[in-house]
Amino acid sequence: MEYITLTVDGQTVQVEKGKTVLDAIQAAGIKVPTLCYHPELRPEGACRLCVVEVKGAKTLVASCVAPAADGMEVKTNTPFVREARRTALELLLANHPNDCLTCERNGNCELQTLAHDLGVREVRYQGPKRSAAKDASSPAIVRDPEKCILCGRCVRMCGEVQEVAALGYVGRGWDTMVLPLFDRGLAEVACVNCGQCTTVCPTGAITEKSYVDEVWDALGDPNKHVIVQTAPAVRVSVAEALGMPVGTIATGKMVAGLRRLGFDRVFDTDFTADLTIIEEGHELLERLNSGGTLPLITSCSPGWIKFCEHFYPDLLPHLSTCKSPQQMFGAVAKTYYAEKMGLKPEDIYVVSIMPCTAKKFEAQRPEMTASGVADVDAVLTTRELARMFKEAGIDFATLPDEEYDAPLGISTGAGAIFGATGGVMEAALRTVYEVVTGETLENLDFTEVRGLEGVKEASVDLNGKTVKVAVAHGLANAKKVLERIKAGEGDWQFVEIMCCPGGCIGGGGQPIPVDREKRAARIKAIYEVDASMPMRKSHENPAVVTLYQEFLGKPLSEKSHELLHTHYTPRPRF
Amino acid sequence: MSGCACGNSGPQYPELEEILARYAGQRGALIPVLQEVQAAYGYIFEDAIVRIAEALGIPATSVYGVATFYAQFHLKPRGRHVVRVCQGTACHVRGAAKILAAVEKELGIKPGETTEDLRFTIEPVACLGCCGLAPVMMVNDDTHGRLTPDKVAEILAAYE
Ligand code: SF4
Ligand code: SF4
Ligand code: SF4
Ligand code: FES
Repeated sequence: MEYITLTVDGQTVQVEKGKTVLDAIQAAGIKVPTLCYHPELRPEGACRLCVVEVKGAKTLVASCVAPAADGMEVKTNTPFVREARRTALELLLANHPNDCLTCERNGNCELQTLAHDLGVREVRYQGPKRSAAKDASSPAIVRDPEKCILCGRCVRMCGEVQEVAALGYVGRGWDTMVLPLFDRGLAEVACVNCGQCTTVCPTGAITEKSYVDEVWDALGDPNKHVIVQTAPAVRVSVAEALGMPVGTIATGKMVAGLRRLGFDRVFDTDFTADLTIIEEGHELLERLNSGGTLPLITSCSPGWIKFCEHFYPDLLPHLSTCKSPQQMFGAVAKTYYAEKMGLKPEDIYVVSIMPCTAKKFEAQRPEMTASGVADVDAVLTTRELARMFKEAGIDFATLPDEEYDAPLGISTGAGAIFGATGGVMEAALRTVYEVVTGETLENLDFTEVRGLEGVKEASVDLNGKTVKVAVAHGLANAKKVLERIKAGEGDWQFVEIMCCPGGCIGGGGQPIPVDREKRAARIKAIYEVDASMPMRKSHENPAVVTLYQEFLGKPLSEKSHELLHTHYTPRPRF
Repeated sequence: MSGCACGNSGPQYPELEEILARYAGQRGALIPVLQEVQAAYGYIFEDAIVRIAEALGIPATSVYGVATFYAQFHLKPRGRHVVRVCQGTACHVRGAAKILAAVEKELGIKPGETTEDLRFTIEPVACLGCCGLAPVMMVNDDTHGRLTPDKVAEILAAYE
């Protein structure tokens, strides 16, 4: 690796050749303001907030796009630089609604923080404000173009990391906007509702659609039995959303907090994650034994499902017919649990706490009414739950640890790892191995499928028969695997695909900001949860065993098919 | 491929397919393709954007972005006759607003719009550069100067 040497504010720094001036500045431990730059996206150089002086250059240099060169002398904090930055920011603010008090991102907005940090106390320019309607067509994502500063981060996230390209620049000059194709609503284009755009937008221009008010209404309704399920990834991120360190495990506090919000029962999506493993594991074995469509591809991630429906409809037969754990929970809660409680499905209100915005869409799919009514009534993200805790005045950090309610709150470590990329695969292998071999699995950790590498492959020996598997997370990575399947090159039998980078812990409903390090910390926490569980294999979950004995019969039974399996619909690419 | 249920086989837009066949897979050919499509059809329609995206292997949002960025591309069908009413300073002083209002009233459309019978399009324009004749409007390549609102209807009637 070739290195170059430059000075930043008098400090000598060495960086690899090919790095940018911004990289060098950061290597020197100095922070320059940025807005259109995002560490995980290709730099675009649109906002000019990151300008610096470079000796010999005629104009100020946008450091996020300028390549660092040997011998460069960079100054980040001169009167000229400060004035240019402040002017760039004030010009943005001149066209901005400045609605901070009522804005979703109030307190967590990069534009707001920069205005504060750069000492903007008055805006010297008055510009026309953009007037454009909010787009609330999608059940998951709301666009508020008036707050858009045209940084293009969402465009790059959607186009490069997810390769969906639902958003793009439209028009030119003052009329430029960032819009879905043909200026349609997000619900009318091939958006998969992954919410990754919401995690990179520096402002309140793209956010999740909130259902907090609906949930407060249900909690206040004495005629409703309101129950909640929490997804695996939320327990390792809700504390982060409330200002505690990244990777804090807060399962017990979260359960306690949910009780204090007034939920009648606090249950766990990990329970139906275990159930998913039983159904999907048997589906895999059936396909292996009867010459079914292979590889079998996992179906827990609703953003991935919609992506497949839009862009790879010919691969839909590969998808597992299993519903996601969220929807299995809704279906079981409003049938089995309702019967046990002597309640009608319509008397139960099921709330999901998810790391995911696509789950909001999934819950509203017309297929998801196995109980006769919507199986899941409202889906909140981790961020929305954190907001409810704040609104209720709950001091999260001082809550005691409490336990989930039985029976739908009983789970294993296998259910917990659904929250990380590779987790569904690992959980399935733990069960499939023991079902096929009849032997006890000694080492439960399938480490080849763990971690943040984009595509992971492994093979597992099942009584002399080798099963080849692949794991992909983030849709651009998924595409690589899918293209190989299409070309007949991937000889895998089982493939896990998660829509979001890192899996659910990197979901579109998770705390903002997020980067690779934070994803890694959340993943580490997930495996700690797994390791600390008394049971770590789905088929050992006693509540799942009882559910089969009392209600479902056996895996893939008629009743299972009716409640726990679904079908998919090809959708247009455009 | 956008299919239809009418029972006719063959591509829906043969000229478009012919253009795309010559550029297939060439990502850099977007601008010439858009120009040829506009020359063939008079404007760039949504199905064409989708097909161009598929044929060149780029996202439809990018094709749409480029098509809306350049003023030379039209995304709506255009009338047989294009009317431009000068809004420059000289014309403004001499009552251009009234001329434009008369054109809008006569045709029942606003600048940027096209009449339903595809006869006229009003194109928004800043200055036509013949200030000596203010107020001025152009219909296609014909300049009509020293206008008064009451002359508008008669001028437009001459364009079938
Ligand atoms: S986007 Fe940021 S700056 Fe704009 S109104 Fe919301 S909080 Fe304030
Ligand atoms: S939700 Fe996902 S697919 Fe939809 S616009 Fe945002 S990034 Fe793109
Ligand atoms: S919506 Fe947000 S991320 Fe997208 S361009 Fe606008 S400000 Fe940037
Ligand atoms: S952060 Fe460098 S130009 Fe926007």
